[in-house]
Amino acid sequence: MARKNVPGVLASFLQVDAAVDAITGLKSKGFRDLTVYTAAPNHEIDAALDHPVSWVRMFTLIGGLTGVTAGFAMTIWMSNDWPLLVGGKPIGTPVPYVAIAFELTVLYASLCTVAGVIILSLRKSLKGRPYHPSFSDDRIGIFVPCAPDQAPAVRDLLARAGSEEVTVHAA
Amino acid sequence: MTAIAHEPHRPNQTHAEVTRDVLATLSTPSRGYYMALFTAIFMFLVGLFTFVMLLKEGLGLAGYTPPVMWSVYITTFVFWIGIGHAGTLISAILFLFRSPWRTVVYRSTEAMTVFAVMTAALFPIIHIGRQWIFYWLLPYPNERFLWPNFKSPLLWDVFAITTYFTVSTTFLIVGLIPDVSAIRDKVTGWRHKVYKMFSLGWTGADSQWRHYNKAYIYLAALATPLVLSVHSVVSWDFAMAIIPGWHGTIFAPYFVAGAIYSGIGMVLTLLIPLRKVLKLEHMMTDYHFDNLAKLTLLTGSILFYAYAMEYFVAWYSGNAFEQTTFWRRAFGPMWWAGWSMIICNAFVSQLLWFKKIRTNLTALFIISLFINLGMWFERFVIIASSLSNDYLPGAWQNPVVTWADWGILIGSFGWFFMYFLLFARTFPVVAIQEVKEMIPFPRKHGGGH
Repeated sequence: MARKNVPGVLASFLQVDAAVDAITGLKSKGFRDLTVYTAAPNHEIDAALDHPVSWVRMFTLIGGLTGVTAGFAMTIWMSNDWPLLVGGKPIGTPVPYVAIAFELTVLYASLCTVAGVIILSLRKSLKGRPYHPSFSDDRIGIFVPCAPDQAPAVRDLLARAGSEEVTVHAA
Repeated sequence: MTAIAHEPHRPNQTHAEVTRDVLATLSTPSRGYYMALFTAIFMFLVGLFTFVMLLKEGLGLAGYTPPVMWSVYITTFVFWIGIGHAGTLISAILFLFRSPWRTVVYRSTEAMTVFAVMTAALFPIIHIGRQWIFYWLLPYPNERFLWPNFKSPLLWDVFAITTYFTVSTTFLIVGLIPDVSAIRDKVTGWRHKVYKMFSLGWTGADSQWRHYNKAYIYLAALATPLVLSVHSVVSWDFAMAIIPGWHGTIFAPYFVAGAIYSGIGMVLTLLIPLRKVLKLEHMMTDYHFDNLAKLTLLTGSILFYAYAMEYFVAWYSGNAFEQTTFWRRAFGPMWWAGWSMIICNAFVSQLLWFKKIRTNLTALFIISLFINLGMWFERFVIIASSLSNDYLPGAWQNPVVTWADWGILIGSFGWFFMYFLLFARTFPVVAIQEVKEMIPFPRKHGGGH
């Protein structure tokens, strides 16, 4: 099945302040669902987009709490499930199990963080949105999804902001 | 912008030039690269042959004799675990400290970490004897009377090293994704298809960077205590036993400093020739090596202090067994190993107080070889000298080292270098995305790159 394109306007910028002007202008006109491509993260663009804080931290927290619980639960349960007395030491004592619980905290938190990035990134589908290889090199790309009748106004705005190249994409 | 050129950590290239220069490292390799790769493969085959002979003849081939038993294999295991420490220190801890010089070197050190831990992971398998039942090592309660003793530091080590390997590999892969997408967009044919698969749909969209940047900080924050914990746990394998020369509270910080020191030594051994072979001299400059050398000096000095403290505590404790052990380390039958460790680690590192030496790459490379040698000897001294003279003088015996020990040691170096060289040929050894992050984008009225 052919992928359905998202209609809109794609612009390519060399200068960061030009891209920031374009984002600010587009947001003031009510365009919120922008996709901005950069080869490296940039604070000016982040500030212009003004995204809320990523929820990936919740994945890290949940992973860490699961890890510490699993670490203590596994060691205490296994020790009591197969109780063998060695050196007169108590069975199922939590102090030496801190090492294992710590390692599992880090392990689970790390894996959940990566899972969080994947899940959260997939929430906004980029399918059908145009992309150009120069965006992973030295250009900044802005894609504005819009109806065909809005495209000329968007194209003008992007060109005025300093875009090098603007193309209109049909559905 | 003139000011940028005077900031040594900031590359003097444009974004496009960074992609071009790093991509050039993946083009047809030089003759030197192939020679290095074939040497590594040959060394690995020596190790493989030795391993097959061990399977056929048994571990007696490696000179297993009481009281030391495993000397070279355990030494080499701890050596490789230690090597793995500099990578995560440079990539995670220096990331959190915002040290800009790490950007150019951290990718190679991260890869080094993963391959060093992969090398170390071979050793439990090599010296368990009956490799076909290796899964008995897995700690789970069962009906075969295998008891997972969670109070044992050996079992903590299993968790620590497994976690360290998983997190370090994850950190490496996560960092590679944006760079792989940059390669994907530049290559054609089957290579495009392969890199497209590995780039996992990365486009550098704001919706991806937003989560990625946060995740990278959290991964760095998680990896930081992990670096410190792993070699502390390795040290407790020794320190929790009551063998003279092992039972010291200083062991955890002493091992962590030693691990970072040895890791940076290996980073220098790898990067100094690599920058020449891959023509990255304009990216990896004297500035980066000067900083690596300063880190070597810091950790080498901590190690110097730890060595001095070990001897002082042995004398001050009044414990005859401790005193005998340390006396024999310096003047006993293994004096050559004891002095190799002290000279290569404590004294040679002090040469790095001089800037002329820190910025002379030939001198730095030679020093790095001494560090590698010294750190291997450090583990050999700790393991073999302590076990060879414990509480029963009648049982004292020096370790027996055979060709099978050296065969596996050579094979481990071959295995490590083989993976590193293949990595350097397949993936960018300089982090394209992070280097670009340090170069300002151009602006409408000038400025930027």
